Amino acid sequence: MAVIEAGVLRLVARSGDRLFRLLLAATAAAVPLVMGAILAALLSVGRPAIQRFGLAFFSTSTWDPVAQQFGVLPFVYGTLVSSALALLIAVPLGLGVAIFLAELAPGWLRAPVGFLVELLAAIPSVVFGLWGIFVLVPWVRTALTPALKGTLGFLPLFQGPPLGIGMLAAGVILAIMVVPFIVAVSTEVMRAVPTSQREAALALGATGWETTRRAVLPYARSGIMGAIFLALARALGETMAVTMVIGNVPQIKASLLAPAYTIPAVIANEFTEATSDLYVAALIYAGIVLFFVTVVANVAARLLVARVGRGVGAVRE
Amino acid sequence: MAAVGLRARDLSYWRRRWTNRLMAGLTMLSALLVLAPLFFVLFFLMRTGLGAINLEFFTALPGPAGEAGGGMANAIAGTLILIALAGVLGIPLGVLGGVFLAEFPNTRLSQTTRFTADVMAGIPSIVMGLFAYILVVLPLRHFSALAGGVALGVMLVPTVVRTTEEIVRLVPQSVREASLALGIPQWKTTLRVIIPTAAAGIVTGIMVGLARIAGETAPLLFTAFGNRFWNWNLFKPIAALPLQIFAYAISPFEDWHRQAWAGALVLVTLVLVVNVAARYTAGRQVRLR
Repeated sequence: MAVIEAGVLRLVARSGDRLFRLLLAATAAAVPLVMGAILAALLSVGRPAIQRFGLAFFSTSTWDPVAQQFGVLPFVYGTLVSSALALLIAVPLGLGVAIFLAELAPGWLRAPVGFLVELLAAIPSVVFGLWGIFVLVPWVRTALTPALKGTLGFLPLFQGPPLGIGMLAAGVILAIMVVPFIVAVSTEVMRAVPTSQREAALALGATGWETTRRAVLPYARSGIMGAIFLALARALGETMAVTMVIGNVPQIKASLLAPAYTIPAVIANEFTEATSDLYVAALIYAGIVLFFVTVVANVAARLLVARVGRGVGAVRE
Repeated sequence: MAAVGLRARDLSYWRRRWTNRLMAGLTMLSALLVLAPLFFVLFFLMRTGLGAINLEFFTALPGPAGEAGGGMANAIAGTLILIALAGVLGIPLGVLGGVFLAEFPNTRLSQTTRFTADVMAGIPSIVMGLFAYILVVLPLRHFSALAGGVALGVMLVPTVVRTTEEIVRLVPQSVREASLALGIPQWKTTLRVIIPTAAAGIVTGIMVGLARIAGETAPLLFTAFGNRFWNWNLFKPIAALPLQIFAYAISPFEDWHRQAWAGALVLVTLVLVVNVAARYTAGRQVRLR
């Protein structure tokens, strides 16, 4: 009796294990499935625009819903330039903070500063946008623009009236929003650098900075590239804050002081007003582009960060 | 000769020491510069937002355009409803998926899911809005709270999956072994021993995830859509705090600007409180371990 009972119990336990694992696996499989569903859904509704405009979608500037003509060149330009500007500001600053947090800061300062940077990432985009409209844009108009015009005003980058809203304001607010990602990932990869690398440099008489520059940064290089890609993906897809300060004018101007427009911003502003199917499809086509670009940037970022963990590219004994 | 060599070495030593100090100073300066916007944002939120917060803000519907007064009661309720919807959709999926990743870390499915979750977390929120629009709004033919909940729920999943995995992995192996040694089947060990041990951390992760989606605006623009009145019907458009802040911020009315600041203050307070609390509980867990 007892033997049979134990056998039954074991059978129940084992099939319970199998069932449970199946349930967990099904939920885990949901994540890649949802990812596929997102792509399939976007493609199915965006198809009319893809078929109609093809690759010319990216090389034409006419965005005319009445004439049913859609080209996203100015939006692509605005997205790329505002993101590049953001990285130009955020990468040096973010790397500086990461070096500070991982290498040079006194121990008691690391946790609080790291936490405050995390909080910066937690502030909602729309709040940055609100702050952008009422604080940053007036500051750009009355302080930053005159200063830039006074020193670098001869450059085509700083021509035109000081509106405040425009590419420059968008770049600045994007920089503020993506810098926490650069800090978090770079700090993490620098901490992953084996202590022996630092000790070797220190033993040769290197100063703290020399250790960072010659031993830590080369080792962490691919991870830092990963951090930059991650920030780039964030900047490309950021919607609300940019929409609120960039001016939303689809034009390609050399001047950073001129208003511009981005892909996420045009989707945010026009999607609910898109009356024809082709109009909706064109906006979704733009969304598909955004999807692909950010997925590629994210995949690249993850692969680059993972390389540091495996120690690839490092000088090893 | 020897003296000259010594002096040259002194000079190089001096220069290296000062380079070291300079770079240390520069990195500290960059930390100050990066944190400055945080304090500026919080400062302006307090300065303008606090003055606009009153009882009416929490209890009244939005006033007619251009007139002073009115509040964001429906938007606050709407955001709570949307978060609840997103939680119902995203939490079970996220937690169970995360438990799978932690319990079977090296299967091919785990590796795929882990990687896709990380990539999915980086998809722009506006694209998630498009997805929910196609999935829910198009078939139902109108904007709805449900569509907003789907958009936010999908965004919640990757965060919950990854934090749950991390927390469950922190449960000491000895706890699992103790349970298995008592003859308790693996599934029961996971459900009754592992998950309860990790529960506090999992809940913390969920709270942080919910706080983050509470501030999302872009995915709600063409799903939840916004509403100037009360709505308890999940198949109708619903107001949300971030949507209301956006609409008021770009409006031409002084009083609406003030209310936008007040709404932002409420939102940021919520986000900060959750994050600080999570920090505190997470810290305590680490200490206990």
